[in-house]
Amino acid sequence: MEIGLNHYLVLATILFGIGLYGVMRRKNLLMLFFATEILLNSVNIGFAAISHYYADLTGQMFAFFVIAIAASEVAVGLGLLIVWYKRHNSIDLDEMSVMRG
Amino acid sequence: MFEAISFYLFSFLVIASFWVAVTTSQALYALTALAAGMILISGFYFTLGADFLGAIQIIVYSGAVLALYAFGMMFFDTTREVKEKKPNKAIVTTLAVLAAVLTVAIVAAPIVSQNIVALYPSVESVGNTQQIGVVLFTKYLVPFEVAAVMLLVAMIAGIVLAGKKMDISLTKLSESEIEKQNAEELV
Repeated sequence: MEIGLNHYLVLATILFGIGLYGVMRRKNLLMLFFATEILLNSVNIGFAAISHYYADLTGQMFAFFVIAIAASEVAVGLGLLIVWYKRHNSIDLDEMSVMRG
Repeated sequence: MFEAISFYLFSFLVIASFWVAVTTSQALYALTALAAGMILISGFYFTLGADFLGAIQIIVYSGAVLALYAFGMMFFDTTREVKEKKPNKAIVTTLAVLAAVLTVAIVAAPIVSQNIVALYPSVESVGNTQQIGVVLFTKYLVPFEVAAVMLLVAMIAGIVLAGKKMDISLTKLSESEIEKQNAEELV
């Protein structure tokens, strides 16, 4: 059976769904970051597939920029997470919802 | 035939490892499953002819991002079980699936119109990496430089936030205060 563009788009949908499920379910902020990585990766698969099936390099270019953004998001997010953990000794999302400073 | 086998094998493995990553209660299991999924995703890129993207996926995600997470996890108490929200499972699953389908429908909507013209068509005789280089450094040079500046800002932010004693600004202190700081460190 020939693998077409739709196969890859369905796969990207499934992975995006898994990532969203993780974002909505997780209370630990580190786990929430993992779920956002899954979201970004699923979009990258869609970009690469469209780039291949339309013989156009634009999709791959956007995938590169998504990877760059993911890398900087991790650097800043993890730094903020460490600062928060030093202050409050916990990275629970529910405790963060109360902004007491 | 072989493309179908590799597609279904990689899809199954990627979905399984990402499912483990979002459902497990152990932080270390989640990290390992995420690393496995990231490496397996590069298999899709190699199948799709995006060789450079596959190599970047392995280097940046499995090498840099997950190593950063592993270092970050040293700060946190990872041995204790991760507490989870207890929302209604059916609502969460329905919302996730609906949002994912909607996103892909929005992204894929122009494809249905069938009048897509390749902006930067790939050439058969030239390697993928060379094509990427030509397009990146001609058509996407400004976004490339902006991304470089963004990565620099993120790097400095990461160092400032996670580094020790970064809450004290040495430029704003007087000389005597700095010497007092140094003396305290030596004690």
